[in-house]
Amino acid sequence: MKRFDAIEAIVSCLGDEFVVVCNGMINRELFALGDRARNFYMLGSMGLASAIGLGVACAKSDVKVVVIAGDGNVLMSLGTLATIGKISPGNLVHVVLDNECHESTGGQETATSVARLDVIADGSGFKHVERVKSLERLKSVFVEFLRLDGPSFIHVKVERGREDVPRVSVDPLEMKEKFMKELARV
Amino acid sequence: MDHQEFCRLLRECGIDFFVGVPCSTLGFIINFLSEGGEFEYIPATREDEAIGIAAGAYMGGKTPAVLMQNSGVGVSVNALASLVLLYKLPMLLIVSWRGYKGEDAPEHLNMGEFLPELLRVMDVSTTVLSEEGLEEQVRDSIQTMRERGVPVVQILRRGVVV
Repeated sequence: MKRFDAIEAIVSCLGDEFVVVCNGMINRELFALGDRARNFYMLGSMGLASAIGLGVACAKSDVKVVVIAGDGNVLMSLGTLATIGKISPGNLVHVVLDNECHESTGGQETATSVARLDVIADGSGFKHVERVKSLERLKSVFVEFLRLDGPSFIHVKVERGREDVPRVSVDPLEMKEKFMKELARV
Repeated sequence: MDHQEFCRLLRECGIDFFVGVPCSTLGFIINFLSEGGEFEYIPATREDEAIGIAAGAYMGGKTPAVLMQNSGVGVSVNALASLVLLYKLPMLLIVSWRGYKGEDAPEHLNMGEFLPELLRVMDVSTTVLSEEGLEEQVRDSIQTMRERGVPVVQILRRGVVV
């Protein structure tokens, strides 16, 4: 499965959910598939997408929050998975797109060829955890997890390789304002 | 000031979300916040994670405070630079000052010395709280946070809030 196709599959299942997406190729590819006011593109602060998503989920228990992060981001803050397990926000779905490397800096290896992020999420107290390897399964699990009381974790194994997509070209302050305005409407 | 009074003062100033990593200087405050009922407190694993959680909570409509030891400011430099300052996310950082005036265990001395300069370089509005006039200092600093839409730091030395 290509990462871009996995992101496209996720986008195709999205309704009114709020999305926090990590830095790097994943936010570029999500942006290339069409901007949404309910997307928060984390441009810097690598490792903190899960934490930001947790904060939104805690502050707004009546909205669904989807975190989309890569293996590099999640490995950088493994402790956050434990914090999510402990706080246990029912409205959080955490997706990790795991290509076992840092794509945006040249494909340097990460530890996920060995470390099992789904097992770590399960051991951290996520209520629902699935490891998926096909687009069909990704879609059906994602739709199911959006419906269930979480926190939920989808571990998506994807191939290496990147689309030729530009950087996220939105002003950070304008993006934040739009995202907040949407959150305030709910 | 008594730690319960301090927490209630923060709440009166509109702080309604607490997250952090403990320090013995902040121990009474965090224990009180965690007791449940009156306040809610999220225990983070790292200080930059706490800042990330506070960032999300702010965007979701909360007015967050992050509690940490000054060692955590070191951990948080990039979270401040490329998240909080980049997106202009107001939040109150309550930072204990271990290693103040070089009087502490050896592991605290370097960061104790670096702290004021580190915050100055990042241009974060900082107030070193003192026993006298503490209430006004707390109110002023939170007002700065609101008016300018920026993070502010309140530094707590041992003994100022007990």
